[in-house]
Amino acid sequence: MNGAGALDQVFFYFFAALAVIGIVGVVTRRNVIHSAIFLITALLATAGIFLQLQAEFLFAVQIILYVVGIMVLFIFAIMLVHQDVSLKQLRYSRQKWVAGVLGVILVAEFWFALDKGGSLFHPGAPISGGLQPNTEQVGQALFGGYMLPFEIASVLLLVAMVGAVVMAKRRI
Amino acid sequence: MPLRADMMADLCRIAPELILCVFGILLVALEPFVPSSSKRALGWLAFSGSLVAIASLWIVARHPGPAYGGLIQVDNFSLFFHGIILGSVAVVILGSINYLCEERLQRGEYYALVLFAAAGMGVLAGAGELITSFLGLEMSSISTYILAAFRRDARKSNESALKYFILGSFATAFFLYGIAMTYGATGTTRFTGIAQALSISGPTLLAVLGLGMMLVGLGFKVVIAPFQIYAPDVYEGAPTPVTALLASAPKVAAFALMLRIFYVAFGPVQHIWFWAIWISAVLTMCAGNFAALLQTNVKRMLAYSSIAHAGYILVAFAASTELGIAAVLFYLAAYALMKIGAFTVITHVGGRGERHLELSDYAGLAKKQPAIAACFTLFLLSLLGLPATGGFMGKFYAFQAGLDSRIIWLVVIAALNSIVGAYYYLRVILTMYFREPAGESGPDAGLGSEIEWMPQPVAASIWVVLIIAALGTLYLGIFPSRVMEFALRSAASLR
Repeated sequence: MNGAGALDQVFFYFFAALAVIGIVGVVTRRNVIHSAIFLITALLATAGIFLQLQAEFLFAVQIILYVVGIMVLFIFAIMLVHQDVSLKQLRYSRQKWVAGVLGVILVAEFWFALDKGGSLFHPGAPISGGLQPNTEQVGQALFGGYMLPFEIASVLLLVAMVGAVVMAKRRI
Repeated sequence: MPLRADMMADLCRIAPELILCVFGILLVALEPFVPSSSKRALGWLAFSGSLVAIASLWIVARHPGPAYGGLIQVDNFSLFFHGIILGSVAVVILGSINYLCEERLQRGEYYALVLFAAAGMGVLAGAGELITSFLGLEMSSISTYILAAFRRDARKSNESALKYFILGSFATAFFLYGIAMTYGATGTTRFTGIAQALSISGPTLLAVLGLGMMLVGLGFKVVIAPFQIYAPDVYEGAPTPVTALLASAPKVAAFALMLRIFYVAFGPVQHIWFWAIWISAVLTMCAGNFAALLQTNVKRMLAYSSIAHAGYILVAFAASTELGIAAVLFYLAAYALMKIGAFTVITHVGGRGERHLELSDYAGLAKKQPAIAACFTLFLLSLLGLPATGGFMGKFYAFQAGLDSRIIWLVVIAALNSIVGAYYYLRVILTMYFREPAGESGPDAGLGSEIEWMPQPVAASIWVVLIIAALGTLYLGIFPSRVMEFALRSAASLR
């Protein structure tokens, strides 16, 4: 157990460091494409942390949805707008101090939540012995008890698609 | 696999939503095959779809009880709301057909989106659980965002839709956050389960925060202060039949959800949310009425008036008794009728391109089209709350419920606000009857006096809408007891 725990910690710090480096890269790079690549790194690292927490469903969703789906959209969007304009723009303009103050407040908030949050909000007890294999459970809930919301969501997507076509088509 | 009896019963319980979705998909699928000269037929198809959905309420009524393990609840309460929502949607579709022809926007997608929105609202009216209600809320919201932008060439329509979309998404995020917190506090998303957990644990901080977040999201959808800022712009910019829809059905459906969340799920902590509703009621009434005083655009004025009416409904909401809930239901029915009627008149008078929305355009309408002026007068008097109209009985029950629950100050403020409202409603009526068209003193007198503007002849479908709305308003005003009885039974089924 001890050895496995140590290995766990090694993996956790590896993924966490990768995520932090990736996120710092996203905000500091001047080239938007580089930022996008860094974002992919950060998202993949987060997926790794999910896997380590035995939430393999979240791991798969994170990769399929964020890394593949949304990132491809991002990169397409970046390619379609004029990049050379954004390269010339100053990255940190007037908001430097505001951002600094907000960042400090955020860190204080995190510290407060981690320190006091447990006694203030009474969260539910953590599940003992790790999570059950959850992909099947998610599937069973989705197609069993929550069949109706699942179907409503599919109609919702249809509505959104019809709406996008109505709004974006050149001539209706 | 054969359909088992319980599955069949579940399907019967969501029959209106199924029918609406089927007709919506049918409309989108048929759209490319219908030649542009006969697109009007799609409107009639949508109208018949909404009628079939209304007819299916009889099937629903024969299967009371929870469906899909409690995700949907079929009771008198949901039937009452289905009645208002589907009725409003049918009438709005009827009122849109002529408008879309004139604006050259006759498209199947318009009607399909109205039907999808109605299906979403139906889910809201029956939802017994937070995730399902969230999806219903999103379905109705997304459809209405697009409908608000349907006049794509009009700058105002675009602006209003963009505002509606961005602020609406923001409100939805609040609502979702509230769901997450409530789930965190109580461990369930079902209304009855939340109530059980709360009656054991008492009002925990997390649950109250969740309720507050949900109040923000719902407050946006039912347009109560301080979340009402967007409404006048959106109502003014959207195509007028869509404004009629926005002012009626989605608001009614969101009130249904709000009643269920506050009275069923958070019933055990009533003393906490009472003051939030109280304050919001005062703010809403004052914000709506006093801003409406300053408007010269009739469409915008009615937008403010519908904010004020949400405030009166909150008075009944705050009463926290069965009579109060029934008063909310009755008020919503009367409100939907008169609002749709009033906005249909505006649709008609506005004419092509919605050019005649100003108060001065209504001058002398009584001479040009006396019947239209008479209908508009009826709706305005009902909004004002004159006896023998549905609006009066709505206010009467709401104030009575308030007095019964000893929230006397709130009722006094509401009564004073009604008097303020009289000014701007009567001003429109006086303009229609006693002012000469193309007034000499107006700044644009030079433009109007050359060719006197005449509203177009009234289309048959507009007539039908106006007659339904006018008869309904009078019926609720003169014979309110049957509807009120049903409202009381619905309120009883909520508890």
